[in-house]
Amino acid sequence: MRESNMKKILISLLLLLFGTSAYADCNIKSGSINILANDFPALRTFVETAKGCKGSADFKVTHSSEHNKIAVPALTANPSEFSARIAANSSIVPLMNQDLIRPLDDLVKKYGKGIQDSQLITIDGKIMAVAFMANTQHLYYREDVLKELGIAVPKTYEEVVAASEKIRASGKMQYPYAAAYKAGWNLAEEFVNMYIGHGGEFFKAGTAQPSINNAKGVATLNMLKKLAGLSNPDYLTHDSEAIKVEWESGNVALMTLWASRSGTLLDDDGDAKITAATKLTGPATVAGGNIPAATLWWDGFTLAKNRSDADAEATFRALAHAAANKKMVADAADQAVWLIEGFKPGPKSIGVIEAVKMKAKPYPMLPQMGLMHGALGSEIVEFLQGKESAEQALKDVEAAYMSKAKEQGFL
Amino acid sequence: MPNKTFFWFFLPTGLAMILFIGLPIISTGIQSFYAQHDQVVKEVKKCDPFGCTVSIVVDQEKTSKIREEKPLGKFNGFGTYVDRNHLAIKEIGKFWDETNSFGEFVDQVTNLPFYKALIFTLTYCLFVTPNVLLLGFIIALSLNAVTRRIRGPLIFGTILPMIVTPLVGSLVLFWMIDAEGIIGANLQMLMDDPYLSLKSSKTLTWITIIIYGIWHHSPFAFVVFYAALQTVPQEPVEAAIIDGASRWQRVRHIVLPHIYPVVTFVALISLMDNFRVFEPIIGFSAEGSAQSLSWLIYDNLVNEEVILFGSAAATSMMTIVGIAILLAPVLIRTWKEFRTAR
Repeated sequence: MRESNMKKILISLLLLLFGTSAYADCNIKSGSINILANDFPALRTFVETAKGCKGSADFKVTHSSEHNKIAVPALTANPSEFSARIAANSSIVPLMNQDLIRPLDDLVKKYGKGIQDSQLITIDGKIMAVAFMANTQHLYYREDVLKELGIAVPKTYEEVVAASEKIRASGKMQYPYAAAYKAGWNLAEEFVNMYIGHGGEFFKAGTAQPSINNAKGVATLNMLKKLAGLSNPDYLTHDSEAIKVEWESGNVALMTLWASRSGTLLDDDGDAKITAATKLTGPATVAGGNIPAATLWWDGFTLAKNRSDADAEATFRALAHAAANKKMVADAADQAVWLIEGFKPGPKSIGVIEAVKMKAKPYPMLPQMGLMHGALGSEIVEFLQGKESAEQALKDVEAAYMSKAKEQGFL
Repeated sequence: MPNKTFFWFFLPTGLAMILFIGLPIISTGIQSFYAQHDQVVKEVKKCDPFGCTVSIVVDQEKTSKIREEKPLGKFNGFGTYVDRNHLAIKEIGKFWDETNSFGEFVDQVTNLPFYKALIFTLTYCLFVTPNVLLLGFIIALSLNAVTRRIRGPLIFGTILPMIVTPLVGSLVLFWMIDAEGIIGANLQMLMDDPYLSLKSSKTLTWITIIIYGIWHHSPFAFVVFYAALQTVPQEPVEAAIIDGASRWQRVRHIVLPHIYPVVTFVALISLMDNFRVFEPIIGFSAEGSAQSLSWLIYDNLVNEEVILFGSAAATSMMTIVGIAILLAPVLIRTWKEFRTAR
């Protein structure tokens, strides 16, 4: 009798000690959680926060910049390797195309306390993902260089070109502009941004027929080529990481880069003088357009369909805990533009906030967009190298896309 | 060896080859004849943090029904093989009719992804293979003449490029040829051209990759040749020396004929290896300037957010055919020699 009383007291003491921590609300008792995510600081923070509430569930995570290559095969398996996948506007599409993710309506209703309605991605009335951060590509500039040469902060790509030419003429920098022009996905993303800035449409309305071989497409390519001419000649091998290094070496004064990278540019590593002079501004417009030549992105979580309901429930509870976590948002306000309640935007979020204000368009979430993106990444290279005309390059993109789309059954 | 003994000796290897090489090739072959079913799409309302729009998604209910009936997809025959991203039969016909000069026609054809990749692959093979044979042979001859005491460390140093993982080897060279790397910066000084970039020019990228290929593959040729040189009988060599044959004459008339079968073997293996060139393209981030057939397969499988199994399978099959065609002359010759030897 006495012993069991002692036990009770001990247990309640223990509960008092540990049970009152921030994670008291998620009491996950079983299930196994396995998350696939891209690799950048904000996502690591997000997943770590989710891990804090795993309870007695099994918890695993794979952070990889090659996440896109693993996702579809890993989620196709039954049971799927991962119970959740942190996706973005573009990477959710292949998962939807193959029917690999489950609707979250029930789980949101049951465990989604604190998640704001604006975070929900609904498609055809069903909640398919819960977003937690926003991203875009915008301009970075070196305040000291621009000031010294009396250049105003550029608002359009035409001004970016003029400013870069002036910097080059001054002899300060040979290649004053940088953007991730690495052949493949990165280069295609730059085309997508610039083409949207020109007001272009990728497909004939309501069909999967390509429609980029037009005046806007040509103007887009010409602008990309002008910018490439002001970049390091190795631009076709430069991804976001490479241009970040260029920037930190002080070789570049104007740059288009992801907002999610601002944290690593403005941290204490590297030359303090460059870091202090690194300033952020909104994305540029082009050709007199109103909407910026940039696309808005969200990052959110999705749950695998081919996984048991128990695992899905455990995974959702852990991730939902992070997706509505005011403490995480306050602690990591520098790492991302969180879409979570309680986020107070700091100086590193200027780019995304400006983009939203300027009514930037989200990256097109069409089932065949991935094929167009792939075709762009390889077929416009020769135009930039000066080996073919803009019209020929666009014709090649359309032809390459059509063959792929036919094989995939879109045409 | 009697045929029966050979059969039992070879059986385990043969079974493993069927299981791990034969069956996957057959499965790839079957896959290459299929395309995805026609996608049934529908218009839906889509809302995200940036607002609501009307968008298009794949109609899962209808699609899954079709998929269940025919999981392999829609039979496409040689459709994928002849489409624009592969052999492009129709496009080539059109170019032939539309272009005015042969040069223009060639330009158009080499602008197609498959032919672009084929040309790089063949160029790589044709430059790397003979140079690997030559360099490997020269190194083997020289090392064979060195005094025994320092031979060990020299051999080790020589085979290092082969030990280094291809991707790592190419990355190291990639950084060295960077405009700020040791080779890149020195080249700029030598050429007195501060804008010289080995990575931005297509020709220079090709040359870099080919030199890398020779560097990486020569040790293999060297090792095999060196082993073969140890079996060259000394009597005829000594006799030749007494007869006053020069070093070159001895190599030409005694050593080369003796190790000739090994040369054929090394040539075969290098041709096969070089036709599948892939890692240096990734290591050098050279996708923009140089694509090989293997890179095309990789691109179809991972670079798109949608995996193009049919395309990848078709390119794989054509790579196998390509290797077979390349090897045919050597194989036929070996077969003839085998017949006459009997």
